[in-house]
Amino acid sequence: MLTDKEIQQRITEVISEEFELEPSRLVPGATLYDDLGLDSLDAVDMVVALEKSFGIKLANEEAIKAVRTMDDLCRLIINLKKEN
Amino acid sequence: MAVNRVVITGRGAVSPLGIGVAELIEAVWQGRSGVKLMDEWRQIKGMRALTAAPVPKTDAKSLLPRSMRRTMGDMAIHATLAAREAVEDAGLSADLLGSGRVGVAIGSTTGSPAAYETFYEKFLAERSIEELKSGFFFKIMSHSCAANVCLALGITGEQWSPASACSSSAQAMGLGYMLIKSGRQDVVLCGGADEVHHSVTMVFDVLKAASRNHAQPLVTPRPFDIDRDGVVCGGGGGILVLESLEGAEARGAKIHGEILGFGHINDCSHIANPHSNSMSAAMRAALQEAGVAGSEIDYVNAHATGTPQGDIAEAGAILKTVGSKVPVSSFKGHIGHTLGAAGALETIIMLEIMHRQEIIPTLNLENPDPQCGAIALPREIVPRKIDLMIKNNFALGGVNTSLVFQRWH
Repeated sequence: MLTDKEIQQRITEVISEEFELEPSRLVPGATLYDDLGLDSLDAVDMVVALEKSFGIKLANEEAIKAVRTMDDLCRLIINLKKEN
Repeated sequence: MAVNRVVITGRGAVSPLGIGVAELIEAVWQGRSGVKLMDEWRQIKGMRALTAAPVPKTDAKSLLPRSMRRTMGDMAIHATLAAREAVEDAGLSADLLGSGRVGVAIGSTTGSPAAYETFYEKFLAERSIEELKSGFFFKIMSHSCAANVCLALGITGEQWSPASACSSSAQAMGLGYMLIKSGRQDVVLCGGADEVHHSVTMVFDVLKAASRNHAQPLVTPRPFDIDRDGVVCGGGGGILVLESLEGAEARGAKIHGEILGFGHINDCSHIANPHSNSMSAAMRAALQEAGVAGSEIDYVNAHATGTPQGDIAEAGAILKTVGSKVPVSSFKGHIGHTLGAAGALETIIMLEIMHRQEIIPTLNLENPDPQCGAIALPREIVPRKIDLMIKNNFALGGVNTSLVFQRWH
């Protein structure tokens, strides 16, 4: 069972690798669209990459749409892992 | 309707001989070949053609940002790097590119075959699209090269992507020429791209039109030679900036040459076989539009891919159209058949031929086939006055294109 911190670290690794971003930029308050420059196509790929890495399904599209920051993303994944 | 003169003011190349026009030109003048053995193709059952002319490995990551690369297969990367070089060569400003007066005509045979394979490898095994990336469609769509170039360079004019396999970029140059001549656009980035992939070479292998001389990759293909045994497919991207003479002069642009005529003839006699009369009809149509007699042509750049049938048909068409004295050569021995990029990459070499006033011979031509031999086939670099040139490109499916170029004084 991954700890919350480990989940957060892995998300940082996944996002950093997928979008070629420096891990130092992936702070909790960083917004995915404005601060990190991601867009709607990247959102699709982000879900694919996270699902693969964590072995989960991000099927709740409303919950994904509500994600604004790296912190939102971590909470979403942590909650999903707990539910599983 | 306006009738503008159309000139070439920019060149960009990604070829089996390297990234950039200078690399291509230098290697061609040195008589080097970009063909290599594709050892990994031995594992494909039934595959007998094992040579190709791929673009040397490049670190696209260092050349293009991720936001662009995510929707690009190799061919779109080739097209974009070539377009960027062509725009720089022409000195087109960002304002002009975004003015709506600059368009693109950039073709390819298909979308990226490597991207198709990656998708179907997983899809057919698992019947799943769960790991499908958002960029997939943009890599495989037929206008992948044109769309990605527009996006990368901020081009807001007309976007066209002629897709006719081996004549795609020749058609694109013809289309750009018409768009400028008619006044619809002031500038058009014209050309095409393709990538080396086993699924492309196997098309020619199945038709028994691909070279199987993998024991000697550096001496195949051999256009017009008695021992030629077929096509070697290549990859790359070639882009030319076409522009109205008025616009080029107003910008003070360097002019590399002028396009005088475009012949474009369909042959409906057979889907695959070359048709000599249609080839000569395309050449005649281009000459007629140029207002030039066949006897005035100083150099013919042949499509000649090194297939037994195609080279004989083209040699006959050339003989009939310009006679036996005009020097003829093909560049397929240097760069293979770069398919969608062929017309543009070969034109870039032709412009240098006109600039240096030296004819480049066909690489690997040692013993001219008597059935092709009635035309003049130089065997070494020949200095010659070259003011008018004609270029052929033909494609499976009955497409026959010819373009007439004039030296700019």
